[in-house]
Amino acid sequence: MAAGPAPPPGRLRAQMPHLRKMERVVVSMQDPDQGVKMRSQRLLVTVIPHAVTGSDVVQWLAQKFCVSEEEALHLGAVLVQHGYIYPLRDPRSLMLRPDETPYRFQVRLGGAAIYLAKKNIRKRGTLVDYEKDCYDRLHKKINHAWDLVLMQAREQLRAAKQRRKGDRLVIACQEQTYWLVNRPPPRAPNVLEQGPGRGSCAASRVLMTKSADFYKREIEYFRKALGRTRVKSSICLEAYLSFCGQRGPHDPLVSGCLPSNPWISDDDAYWVMNAPTVAAPTKLRVERWGFSFRELLEDPVGRAHFMDFLGKEFSGENLSFWEACEELRYGAQAQVPTLVDAVYEQFLAPGAARWVNIDSRTMEQTLEGLHQPHRYVLDDAQLHIYMLMKKDSYPRFLKSDMYKGLLAEAGIPLETKRRVFPFMWRPRHSSPSPALLPTPVEPTAACGLGGGDGVA
Amino acid sequence: MCDQTFLVNVFGSCDKCFKQRALRPVFKKSQQLSYCSTCAEIMATEGLHENETLASLKSEAEKVQKKKAKRHCFVLHQVAERVEALGQFVMKTRRTLKGHGNKVLCMDWCKDKRRIVSSSQVCHEHAVTMPCTWVMACAYAPSGCAIACGGLDNKCSVYPLTFDKNENMAAKKKSVAMHTNYLSACSFTNSDMQILTASGDGTCALWDVESGQLLQSFHGHGADVLCLDLAPSETGNTFVSGGCDKKAMVWDMRSGQCVQAFETHESDINSVRYYPSGDAFASGSDDATCRLYDLRADREVAIYSKESIIFGASSVDFSLSGRLLFAGYNDYTINVWDVLKGSRVSILFGHENRVSTLRVSPDGTAFCSGSWDHTLRVRGMVFCFPVCERREDG
Repeated sequence: MAAGPAPPPGRLRAQMPHLRKMERVVVSMQDPDQGVKMRSQRLLVTVIPHAVTGSDVVQWLAQKFCVSEEEALHLGAVLVQHGYIYPLRDPRSLMLRPDETPYRFQVRLGGAAIYLAKKNIRKRGTLVDYEKDCYDRLHKKINHAWDLVLMQAREQLRAAKQRRKGDRLVIACQEQTYWLVNRPPPRAPNVLEQGPGRGSCAASRVLMTKSADFYKREIEYFRKALGRTRVKSSICLEAYLSFCGQRGPHDPLVSGCLPSNPWISDDDAYWVMNAPTVAAPTKLRVERWGFSFRELLEDPVGRAHFMDFLGKEFSGENLSFWEACEELRYGAQAQVPTLVDAVYEQFLAPGAARWVNIDSRTMEQTLEGLHQPHRYVLDDAQLHIYMLMKKDSYPRFLKSDMYKGLLAEAGIPLETKRRVFPFMWRPRHSSPSPALLPTPVEPTAACGLGGGDGVA
Repeated sequence: MCDQTFLVNVFGSCDKCFKQRALRPVFKKSQQLSYCSTCAEIMATEGLHENETLASLKSEAEKVQKKKAKRHCFVLHQVAERVEALGQFVMKTRRTLKGHGNKVLCMDWCKDKRRIVSSSQVCHEHAVTMPCTWVMACAYAPSGCAIACGGLDNKCSVYPLTFDKNENMAAKKKSVAMHTNYLSACSFTNSDMQILTASGDGTCALWDVESGQLLQSFHGHGADVLCLDLAPSETGNTFVSGGCDKKAMVWDMRSGQCVQAFETHESDINSVRYYPSGDAFASGSDDATCRLYDLRADREVAIYSKESIIFGASSVDFSLSGRLLFAGYNDYTINVWDVLKGSRVSILFGHENRVSTLRVSPDGTAFCSGSWDHTLRVRGMVFCFPVCERREDG
């Protein structure tokens, strides 16, 4: 009697590590010393030997893996659903009940072993040579489960002879489980169902011929990897601590959010207060602009204030140039030549209206590259200007009166008072889809070519 | 009974010597040919210089690789010992979306933080029925005005969203990407005009939406690519992909080159997601672990696993601060990990079939999980018990 789930076609067992792991768990559950306590279970008038109770299974799992009973119950249920443990009562539903309900283990590796063991027992050691080899090999392979194999073999032989009621019940439950697992009824979930076949790509089942080419590429790759500037581990790891520490209070799933989490309270206030363009940003939001230059630029309100600040320093063209370059990089392919021309006219040409101050070498290379425009042709210039803003203008912005004023003005929302009647039903309104809103003049927030310093 | 694998013997005309022999598939410059064993051996030794043999090259490759692996390092949870432990979270399902009549395979949030697009075995978003049966990937455009999706049809199509009842959405569909195998993941870049795709044909590709032109392709995975994520970087254009070859690879979008690769997982990588700072990424795999890879240190720095977790992780995502890692598993559960300490903070039940997709909302107020049980659940944090009595929970 084949036990446990048969692998679905198209996916080798090797590719399903969870089945192997489940088997290991089930085998350790059957360990005579450390495993689940096995006893004879009374089922009405029949006595079934070598059975376990649902609650024993749950307790054992909870203890072995140091998990809660809820989780142990879930894990046990998964084992039952895959047919590794089958219920002796009500075999039509593959559930794990954490009570006195009796269960038994399928002997997964049984198949051939049981057949040979039966033959050995019946004919008292008259297995032919190759059968003997097979028998020995199997014995070595599933040593720890051998007792169970022998037990199963003996039981099946006895059952064949006597057809005792208890045995018939056990066999019926086994078969029932087998079919429920491998051929689930139409509406039931199929635990064996896999997604669309993987590894169907030719590369996966083919051993790449390890040619000289292959090794040379490998050597080059690893040499490059060795030569790469690597940051010291301690620095990298510390960076996580400081990043998480800094952002923790800003993380709604860790620290909650004020006035309340809209999903929990059904109150949109948080979203209204934190809309992309809002007149009065919250304190947390203004604080975030100080975390990194990227945070500042990504926030439309932050970017607008930064643009104002640059305007006061007469370097607003830097940000506009950067925005124009972004538009080029992420724009449609057909737009590339037009956008490159426009950027050149406005920012790079000698005497341009908003000429950006790039070092001569980069400028030279960029102008050279403009003869064959492509979307990355302005990368070097863009990086130069970005770094200029980041290293120079941005720190000054953070120290400026303007920013300090914004920080002081920004408020912390009050926590929403708890409703007196928490069960009051609040009608939920659909938010308007962005697809319905009038399309903005420029895509995203890039508007460097529109003239002017303001953000739309 | 033990399983057997069969070696398929193809017989035919060798692509090199044209003799009728038993053939083996070989790769020459990413093109697959069929060579007889003699020609295959000869090809293997092509390109050798005077003093080189295949064996010597192989041993040198191994030596250099070992040197790379030897750099001794700490792991994250050692450094994080002094960090205060998180409290105990109570996360509750606040929305259960039951519109799909079938397995939910993929979902994405709109930037407006409230809308979701999801795909399933038969796509019903905005009443568009896709011609293929499994729609395994979907993505929302940054503007919120379009969605992209694809799957077993080997294509990625973009649908502009419209609320005009008279418009037939399928008519406006634009076929953007064409692969030679199923589409496993797709994502818009910073605008509505470019799409990045990953496919079962082992490649990733960058496409121009308007023209459908292939802008760049990325070769290097040895098997199906299952997932990708774009880096939240300020200057560079990079993205990470994970595949059935157990590798996670970081690519330069401009040159098409792989800049870094990580191979410590023991099975298919189902999901990759960048850490919010962009300096690292997490991966979820069929080997039931999630791992954190640091890009600057160029190695794995944390592994999130537990003996009681047996099933593969199908989908991972970080909370806004990167302190929490949410992972959906094939045993129907969601585990929440403390990224710094490496411990499991919480286990969430509720789904009745495997969790296939999981994303945190753009403003971090909630996360949504989609499952083969036909539902999507949006969960938020209701309560957090402060740390006064710590439970011994791994």
